[in-house]
Amino acid sequence: MIEARNLKKSFGTHRVLDGVSFSIGKGESVVIIGASGGGKSILLKQLIGLLTPDEGEVLVDGESLTDKDEREMLKVRRRFGMLFQGAALFDSMTVEENVGFLLRREGKLNESELRARVAEVLEMVELKGTQEKKPAELSGGMRKRVGLARAIVYRPEIVLYDEPTTGLDPIVSDSIDQLMLRVVERLKVTSIVVTHDMRSARRVAGRILMLHAGKIYADGTPDEIFESKDPIVHRFVNGISEAKEHKF
Amino acid sequence: MTIRLRNSIKEWITGLGSVAVLCSEIISSLFKSKVPWRDLVYQIYFIGVKSQSVVLITGAFTGMVLCAQTYFQFHKVKMDTATLAVVSVSMGSELGPVLTALMVAGRVGAAIAAELGTMRVTEQIDALRTLAAHPVDYLVVPRVAATVIVLPLLTAEAVVVGIAAAYLVGVFLLGIDAAYLWHNMYRYTGAEVMFIGCVKTVVFGAIIGVVGCYKGLTCPQGAEGVGHATTESVVYSSIAILISNFFLTLLLTRLLQGE
Repeated sequence: MIEARNLKKSFGTHRVLDGVSFSIGKGESVVIIGASGGGKSILLKQLIGLLTPDEGEVLVDGESLTDKDEREMLKVRRRFGMLFQGAALFDSMTVEENVGFLLRREGKLNESELRARVAEVLEMVELKGTQEKKPAELSGGMRKRVGLARAIVYRPEIVLYDEPTTGLDPIVSDSIDQLMLRVVERLKVTSIVVTHDMRSARRVAGRILMLHAGKIYADGTPDEIFESKDPIVHRFVNGISEAKEHKF
Repeated sequence: MTIRLRNSIKEWITGLGSVAVLCSEIISSLFKSKVPWRDLVYQIYFIGVKSQSVVLITGAFTGMVLCAQTYFQFHKVKMDTATLAVVSVSMGSELGPVLTALMVAGRVGAAIAAELGTMRVTEQIDALRTLAAHPVDYLVVPRVAATVIVLPLLTAEAVVVGIAAAYLVGVFLLGIDAAYLWHNMYRYTGAEVMFIGCVKTVVFGAIIGVVGCYKGLTCPQGAEGVGHATTESVVYSSIAILISNFFLTLLLTRLLQGE
């Protein structure tokens, strides 16, 4: 369904991605793990065409996104939903306006159908009755849920999550994990999650890709990755830093 | 030093190229997509209605001081009654458009750059793109269209208020004969003067809108980046207004008056 071929991206002299290739099938739940600043979010943004790779290409159902201009990409992106790290809600709009943004612009639903659809999705993310609130009135976890509702309300085929549990307490993180699982189960979407939260990765992943030194370093099921004997993978998933001797 | 200079020139030319691309996207958006009327009306309200007090005060006091200074010089050669004519021509073709544009650049250009810059650093512009909305259609076109529509109207207000304030100062404070003052103003202020002023305000409106949006959309990350974008938006649009004013004056005067 979605394929990355030899993606490379540099910022100045710093090469962030150095030939990333993988393929994700329809309905898969894939988690991409890797160190902070390792290019996970850059990779995710390249998959949806928000960033253009320096080399390589992204294919969705065999169709390359690399040569498309921004207006052509708008049509392709209708197939994607994305939850941003900070939720990226439009702060001048209410929750309802945020969630119904794309549907209202498309104009295919009348106002009562649109309100019903928004209410249904908000109920799914356990935020019933928050339609009139502004993003500033919501907590971090609630903002992420609204972001998720906005990403799934138009029933996309692929949902991308950029660090969905970062900055949230363990209880709220757990509820976000449950929501992601519910979205996959109910909407049958392909899900790609970028995270360095190992607990969350283990819970939601059907398959894990590990990004290291700009390449896909490991690719396997959660059990394979978490029981790996490879020192780099082992250290990362168990949160073990390289021991350094400090002399004061 | 040479490398730094070369990089600065390269950066400057790249910036100009990017502004040209943005302008072409704005024009193409006007033809290809629906104008977001609701946003346009809101921007007209925000840019036009909310800027009135600033513009009216600027217009009134500029007219008053110009009247006083002109009178002090003209009185020496017994040309007191030509004072308002000088005020109306200056306000209509130069001071009205330029000062109004500078005030609006300070208030609105900065606000546009800060708003779009904040949207960029909080990934709201990326979110728009994922929701199949082109940032130029949704954010830039309503703002640029609003500045282009509103600036001529604000300038007209400033010019009228400036002339009226100058008339009051001339008649009631400086004791100039009201009938001759008015007659001379009417005689020496041609329609082409007001037309030149009007054309300039359209160009200045486009400069304020485009520079504000460009600076916001290309804002560097972080709070510092938003601050820089805001400052640069005001500085660059003010400089562009002053430079383009000189060339527009030359061009339009030659075209209309053959001088």
